[in-house]
Amino acid sequence: MGDHHHGPAKGISRWLFTTNHKDIGTMYLWFSFAMFILGGAFAMIIRAELFQPGMQLVDPAFFNQMTTLHGLVMVFGAIMPSFVGLANWMIPMMIGAPDMALPRMNNWSFWILPPAFLLLASTLFMEGGAPAFGWTFYAPLSTTYAPPSVTIFIFCIHVLGLSSIMGSINIIATVMNMRAPGMTYMKMPLFVWTWLITAFLLVAVMPVLAGAVTMMLMDIHFGTSFFSAAGGGDPVLFQHIFWFFGHPEVYIIILPAFGVVSQIIPAFSRKPLFGYDSMVYATASIAFLSFIVWAHHMYTVGMPIAGELFFMYATMLIAVPTGVKVFNWISTMWRGALTFETPMLFCMGFLVLFTIGGFTGLMLSIAPSDFQYHDSYFVVAHFHYVMVAGAVFSMTAAVYYWLPKWCGRMYNETMGKTHFWISFIGFNLTFFPQHFVGLAGMPRRIPDYALQFADFNMMSSIGAFIYGASQILFLYNVIATIVSGKPTSEEKVWDGAEGLEWTVPTPAPYHTFETPPKIDPAHAHS
Amino acid sequence: MSNPTSTEYEKYYVPEQSKMAVMATIGLILSIFGAASVMNDKTFGDGITSGSWTILIVGLFWFMAVLFAWFRQAIRENIAGMNSAQLKKSYVLGMFWFIFSEVMFFFAFFGALFYVRTLVGPWLAGEGEGGRMNGLLWEGFEYNWPMALTPQEAVGGAASQPIANNGSFTSAETTMAFSDAAAWYKWLPLWNTIILLSSSFTCHLAHMGILDGNKKKFNLWLGITVALGFIFICVQFYEYYEAYAHFGLTLNSGIYGSTFFMLTGFHGFHVFMGMTMLAIQLMRSLKGHFTADDHFGFEASSWYWHFVDVVWVFLFLFVYIL
Amino acid sequence: MCFEAKRLFRLALGPVLMLVSAVALAAGGEVNQVNMSPGVTEVSQEIYSLHMIILGICTIIGIGVFGVMFYSIYAHRKSRGHEPATFHESTKVEIAWTIIPFFILIGMAFPATSTLLDIYDNDDAEMDVLITGYQWKWKYEYLNEQGENVSFFSNLRTSQSEIYNTEQKGEHYLLEVDEPLVLPADTKVRFLVTANDVIHSWWVPELAVKKDAIPGFINEAWTRTTVEGVYRGQCAELCGKDHGFMPIVVNVVSKDEYNEWLGTKQSEAAQIKELMAQTFTLDELMERGKAVYDRNCLACHGAGGEGGVGTAIAGSAIATGELGGHLDIGVNGVPGTAMQAFGGQLNDVDMAAVITYQRNAFGNNMGDMVQPIDVFNFKKG
Ligand code: HEA
Ligand code: HEA
Ligand code: HEC
Ligand code: CUA
Ligand SMILES: [Cu+2]
Repeated sequence: MGDHHHGPAKGISRWLFTTNHKDIGTMYLWFSFAMFILGGAFAMIIRAELFQPGMQLVDPAFFNQMTTLHGLVMVFGAIMPSFVGLANWMIPMMIGAPDMALPRMNNWSFWILPPAFLLLASTLFMEGGAPAFGWTFYAPLSTTYAPPSVTIFIFCIHVLGLSSIMGSINIIATVMNMRAPGMTYMKMPLFVWTWLITAFLLVAVMPVLAGAVTMMLMDIHFGTSFFSAAGGGDPVLFQHIFWFFGHPEVYIIILPAFGVVSQIIPAFSRKPLFGYDSMVYATASIAFLSFIVWAHHMYTVGMPIAGELFFMYATMLIAVPTGVKVFNWISTMWRGALTFETPMLFCMGFLVLFTIGGFTGLMLSIAPSDFQYHDSYFVVAHFHYVMVAGAVFSMTAAVYYWLPKWCGRMYNETMGKTHFWISFIGFNLTFFPQHFVGLAGMPRRIPDYALQFADFNMMSSIGAFIYGASQILFLYNVIATIVSGKPTSEEKVWDGAEGLEWTVPTPAPYHTFETPPKIDPAHAHS
Repeated sequence: MSNPTSTEYEKYYVPEQSKMAVMATIGLILSIFGAASVMNDKTFGDGITSGSWTILIVGLFWFMAVLFAWFRQAIRENIAGMNSAQLKKSYVLGMFWFIFSEVMFFFAFFGALFYVRTLVGPWLAGEGEGGRMNGLLWEGFEYNWPMALTPQEAVGGAASQPIANNGSFTSAETTMAFSDAAAWYKWLPLWNTIILLSSSFTCHLAHMGILDGNKKKFNLWLGITVALGFIFICVQFYEYYEAYAHFGLTLNSGIYGSTFFMLTGFHGFHVFMGMTMLAIQLMRSLKGHFTADDHFGFEASSWYWHFVDVVWVFLFLFVYIL
Repeated sequence: MCFEAKRLFRLALGPVLMLVSAVALAAGGEVNQVNMSPGVTEVSQEIYSLHMIILGICTIIGIGVFGVMFYSIYAHRKSRGHEPATFHESTKVEIAWTIIPFFILIGMAFPATSTLLDIYDNDDAEMDVLITGYQWKWKYEYLNEQGENVSFFSNLRTSQSEIYNTEQKGEHYLLEVDEPLVLPADTKVRFLVTANDVIHSWWVPELAVKKDAIPGFINEAWTRTTVEGVYRGQCAELCGKDHGFMPIVVNVVSKDEYNEWLGTKQSEAAQIKELMAQTFTLDELMERGKAVYDRNCLACHGAGGEGGVGTAIAGSAIATGELGGHLDIGVNGVPGTAMQAFGGQLNDVDMAAVITYQRNAFGNNMGDMVQPIDVFNFKKG
């Protein structure tokens, strides 16, 4: 036992029983892509129904189920696990650790996910249908008025939370305890930093979500009145608890993306990251602020004005540290020697589109204006700019960037660039017009709309199909690379790349850093 | 930080392939599916079916069996000396952050309690900014804590409430607050506080014992701690019995009953977990697992125990006294 | 060089395409409104200009940030032989770009705060309207100190055949109701917003009022406009299946017209009161009952009582059973199902009529009937 100079086990047991961080990372990545397709399929149904005014394909109840499952699957099934997968693959390699700190638990964190999502998806076939109360599941629509499948939904949320908490504890323990000697905190790659902070956020807020769904469970089945005024509770209480989780959640989604971008931009600018220290502090500030802004999702619930003002000011403040990050990335590019391989293209797309999404976020944070924006398509546009062009684009960049290191083969650059341009155009075509219809007064979560919104909705649907179709190219490119890409054995696949992961052989061996590497004390962070 | 050369480096033990995770998953998923079915049968069906119970119970037993095997394996590895100092630190960190997540779980319930007590209650009574018009809906409702009459009762029952019927909420005749106690020595929470606080102390004494290498002292105090934990749980059961049988205090007693049972219930469950953990450590100690400088299993359980104790102090203050 | 220009062109293509198509469509007229409407109230106009200010500031910052970035992309590319610089930190610029945005934000906070204070200025209203959200319709209640309280429900008027595309969609498709809210112009109206079942949100963009309707709580909002007209909005909080089908129409009319309208409404209400004391014949009840049924029950119980979302009424054990049980369901609903308590929604006359109707239509031949006074007594207990 303990002798690791061999490769992976054979067959299915390799994946089921593995304790290897790379295997687990791979499983996370594939799983999240599968969920991306599933969530994307739901989105396609939404967009198809919204292609024209009138009800064509689905009935209103099913439409609500699609919206709900789309949000849930994308957030909890696609985006979060994809970054956890990336963390599993990269963090040990970036800090010079032999594996994650708690490898068996690591495997467990992954394996409870697929059955939980299977259960969640199976509610579509249950009597009364799948959850149809939005991914924010406001009470009492999600309690007294919910279909029976809500019980399954609640337990699934518990399991997802368990998975995230265990995964995050693992990441925190790995980063705090497994860094190679000489790898001080301020030498860690920024991706590791952002994940450390993200993991902290997760451990802090997932239990709160668990508390929220537990209260729902009690209200539904055991007669409590947390969310019912008749018994002295308050439906708005649910929203406060949910958003205490929910707002940090959106930074959980974006911080690892910031980390990825902070690795890739310097590599293709051939210049060290500008303002490393301030990047770390900015990330920490965003995380801190994320705990005190939750009620900006609730400006219209009738909060006293003092609360309204407090949450408005606090939310606006987030623009400052986020701005620092944007400025630092641009300064990194400034007077570099830029090249535009696919990962860099996606990062630049990220930079532009995320910033636009950030601006609309800032507009939403202005409470009086939010009375007009709230629950309209303007909000939908905002969060797809930050989540799709933010998180998904940067995840795509990460895959292109590290794929050669993972499998020792180079992807097809032309196809990669084509993927980027189709995505970029498709994405904007989908979500830019949603700003317009939102401002013009189209509410979200509706299966049918008034005639004046027809043109932009059709544009949006066409864009969505284009964007969706471009993902086929991505899938094909990745598989083709793994199966038959041009082999490469250069340790440093990208000439400008820095960091420990580029010092190990390509493809990365099954076990890396069984003894810790030496970190040059003079060397700055990577 | 110094740079040890690779020969000085103590190898980090990365376990071989393990079936534990997948096995535990099967147990967990069976359990939640069973639990959900039991609850749905109860609320939406015509009575709980035995099939649902079977799934739930099989799932739970399966899950516990896997956890048992898993911990046993981890303990054996430790005894076999495979755990480096660094790995042990991973366990320490893991336990610490796990407890932190538990703190946040309770935070949600305490947050709910503070929110309803300071804001919602007055609002429903038509007081304060945000609530001044609510008198139109809940005529006659007066807010006090513990809630003497739910808003529903204040307007004359479920049929005459201004919102759609969603259950009946009847407030308790007697609450668990100190003001409602027959006499101070008949007030159970006081006794439970004494029990739990002293158990934290005895737990500490046990820790001192093992640090001195004094196993006898360790076993004695640890045994007493477990016993105190057990007494606490018994008293709490008795308290719940009283609540249901004599006080009319149930889960349906409006928000007072909801917060009371959720907070004390989850706390009680954690006491049970902590007691079980400590009992296992006692058994391990009797088998000779621990030494003065290697007794992490006990330490982790004792942190957990102290955490449960601190939560109780908050409960005592905000649920029972204030 | 030529190659680079092509690349640059490609880089700029995306956004340009977007803009061109947007402008082209927007030029098509009002149909493709791309911006928030300034609305017809002081508050809505304040919000509109606040929106434009923030949008403007963001656009300017955006142009600056993206300008620098695109310049760098253009000038600092390796293919042009640019050598990378090595600088990688500067405390001074970090401080600068922390402080400057901070002050910009403070600048934004001032107009935002003052607009918010206006929105929250709920006092001194000249009249109150209680708005209650139901799944999936609105109830309006004019709280009057003198005279009858006027109250009515406002339902979607668009027909199913328009929605399901078997008929041409009308101009106000999905934004039309059977009975709009009528408000006097130039009057400060306070809305008291609440809900009966789940959370809804009352939103009329032109008035810039959006307030969540929370069951068991009353939220306040207000409006005042001098511009007469018809303003349309929709429920803005997911409230279940027909969330997309509960529009709001507000008809702002002159004060005179308003008073006239209110007068008619009040005498109607008084009439109902009279009717309550009256005894009807079976035929009268059946006639009225059919109308009530079609308006309130048909959606779930079907045109022929065959059921749908709700159970079948034709041959139902309850509709052909004991009277009290039937009345009980009509008045109190079946908790936990879509069958709501109609006791608060229908007046006693309508309730008596619809119950009678259900007992004697669709082949149910009970021959018995319910009088308004029976309903009244039943409610009293
Ligand atoms: C990745 C996820 C993500 C991210 C990063 C953000 C970022 C931000 N979001 Fe967003 N948001 C969501 C995901 C996200 N959001 C989701 C999912 C919802 C809807 C949930 C639902 O209801 O279903 C939502 C909704 C939402 C609302 C509620 C809207 C409503 O329902 O009415 C608000 C309101 O304040 C808001 C604000 C912000 C702000 C201020 C930021 C800031 O962090 C943005 C900061 C960035 C910038 C400002 C740009 C860069 C900065 C500069 C270049 C510096 C200079 C700039 C200035 C001085 C202006 N968001
Ligand atoms: C990170 C999260 C994430 C991501 C990636 C996406 C991605 C997309 N989203 Fe979603 N969305 C949310 C999070 C996300 N969304 C959330 C939280 C909500 C709110 C839910 C709520 O209101 O409760 C929401 C709501 C939402 C709405 C509003 C629904 C409503 O209010 O009723 C719409 C409508 O257009 C939409 C569209 C899309 C589209 C077109 C994509 C596309 O980017 C998807 C593209 C992906 C694919 C299509 C799959 C992969 C492609 C293939 C397998 C190829 C095959 C496909 C074709 C041939 C077409 N989303
Ligand atoms: C939104 C949907 C909906 C509407 C509108 C509705 N009902 Fe119902 N109704 C239901 C449902 C669902 C049930 C079945 C309840 C149950 O599960 O017991 C039901 C059951 C009933 C029953 C009992 C029938 C039986 O045999 O079980 C009666 C009587 C009834 N409704 C009367 C009415 C009347 C009168 C109206 C209109 C004034 C009305 N309903 C409008 C949904 C509706
Ligand atoms: Cu009512 Cu949405
Ligand atoms: Cu937020």
